[in-house]
Amino acid sequence: MKGNEALAHAAIRYGADGYFGYPITPQSEVLETLEELMPWDTTGMVVLQAESELAAINMVYGGAACGNAVFTSSSSPGVSLKQEGISYIAAGELPALIINVMRGGPGLGTIQPSQADYFQATKGGGHGDYRLITLAPATVQEMADFVALGFDLAFKYRTPAIILADGIVGQMMEKVVLPPQRPRRTPEQIAEQCPWAITGKPASRQRNIMTTLELMPQAMEEINVRLQEKYRIIEDNEVRFATYGLDDCDYLIVAFGSIARISQKAIEIAREQGVKIGLLRPITLWPFPSAEIERLAARVKGIMVVELNAGQMIEDVRLACHDSVPVYHFGRLGGIVPNPQEVLDSFFNHFPQN
Amino acid sequence: MELNDIIKEENRVYKRPALLTDETMHYCPGCSHGVVHKLVAEVVEELGLQEKTIGIAPVGCAVFAYRYIDIDWIEAAHGRAPAVATAVKRLSPDKMVFTYQGDGDLAAIGTCETIHAANRGENIVIIFINNGIYGMTGGQMAPTTLEGMVTSTTPYGRRVDLNGHPLNITPLLALLPGTCYVTRQAVHTPAATRKAKAALRKAFAAAMEGRGTSVIEVVSTCNSGWKMSPAKSNEWMEQNMFPAYPLGDLKNELTPNVEK
Repeated sequence: MKGNEALAHAAIRYGADGYFGYPITPQSEVLETLEELMPWDTTGMVVLQAESELAAINMVYGGAACGNAVFTSSSSPGVSLKQEGISYIAAGELPALIINVMRGGPGLGTIQPSQADYFQATKGGGHGDYRLITLAPATVQEMADFVALGFDLAFKYRTPAIILADGIVGQMMEKVVLPPQRPRRTPEQIAEQCPWAITGKPASRQRNIMTTLELMPQAMEEINVRLQEKYRIIEDNEVRFATYGLDDCDYLIVAFGSIARISQKAIEIAREQGVKIGLLRPITLWPFPSAEIERLAARVKGIMVVELNAGQMIEDVRLACHDSVPVYHFGRLGGIVPNPQEVLDSFFNHFPQN
Repeated sequence: MELNDIIKEENRVYKRPALLTDETMHYCPGCSHGVVHKLVAEVVEELGLQEKTIGIAPVGCAVFAYRYIDIDWIEAAHGRAPAVATAVKRLSPDKMVFTYQGDGDLAAIGTCETIHAANRGENIVIIFINNGIYGMTGGQMAPTTLEGMVTSTTPYGRRVDLNGHPLNITPLLALLPGTCYVTRQAVHTPAATRKAKAALRKAFAAAMEGRGTSVIEVVSTCNSGWKMSPAKSNEWMEQNMFPAYPLGDLKNELTPNVEK
């Protein structure tokens, strides 16, 4: 099935409580699949096509405030609209899952695949100091698997997680093993697991208030410090990445999402020619695998960062290795996807072999 | 008869509703918000809905509504309260969900969310405080500011050619098939306040019965923003606001059963 369809199936099977979305290419199959599967008749999950991305993310804010496992999906221009709500969700320390199946921008851009929203996802995106746990799937299987991973991390840390997929992963079809159906949590379980949740005030507790407003600067600084402490814990514990050919490599390619698979093919071709390149594919774009890149930089001659953008993740790679080795970028823009040979040509251009 | 003989529980005819908290309200003297808050607290208490009620607070003067009524609250982004309420009610249909919004929140930045929530017939109550001005930010022009009305962003009075017409949004909401009860009330006199409370009771009951969206507009004063005394504000409201925003039911599809 398509990556977008896998997301929808996986969310129902996770036991998600609600989805709120608005159509936009290339991710409309998420909403379409959910409407077709009618989970409200089986698990009781709410599915609603909202009037805008802005409304959809604020529905997610409301649902998450009540302790529900809720999510939304969109593509780049729509995710820009969602930034207001994402900032509120992060500020409210609410668990929620956001999916961006990226297309080329800026502006209305193109409906073809892109990775140009890396900055937006990994640096926050909306106003204020916050971070999103950012998961970058490269396969349809990971599209399915990262729904549970994203929700679990979001609830573990009470912070929003985003699946940052590119249009290729959303649209391509692969075999996928879906997780078994889990039951949705009962209202009693939600009240027990999320004592902060807005559930209606029983006589047994003080009223719960979900607000992100604090006019006292001292108190607001304390809130920010607490958020930053949480982000440091996430950075210490939740870094994930995949590797290929690192054991004997002389060079390193860093790439995420679908372009990592194209890069791996380029690496295979290079190895047939005797040039040993390794691949590091960050799975969490935030927290970023900085320590691993720093370690690898100490023993390679150079690094090439391959992205479907003008050079965004390369900034984090350069920060990770302190520019101790040459770091070059190769990217195609506006929805163009390069083939492995183009990646390889760029590599040999930057790193000539005699 | 001694004073202490009179001050007894059995002689009490009026008290502060139990669901109003001890917090000192930040509203200006003469502001309508305090009265409407009290009515909401009374209605929730009288209907026995404290455990079921979830309030959605706006951005505007009522941003701190959650400080004053002893129920669970969610503070929404500016204008987004109906979207937040939609999700809360859909995910927990047994709850009583209401939004509390000002004219800027509901009729400017949140027009889209308001119209679509009402058109879907979400089983929520929208309480709409219309005082024709942005109170919280210092008295700027609101969508409902009357023609000729002086605000900090219309210092020479609202001009239709420059600023457009006042947006009379409540009749629009009454046109939508999703709304079951749309009414315009005020709280400037005891009689009006009693009527407003009856309207709130009807709306809350209708939401719990799954009848659709109810909209209670309360035409209100903002004596600080209008730069008038509370008494003068009431007078000005009667003379200027009521002709533009006449009181009364705009739509009532509730059965007599609900009306009780």
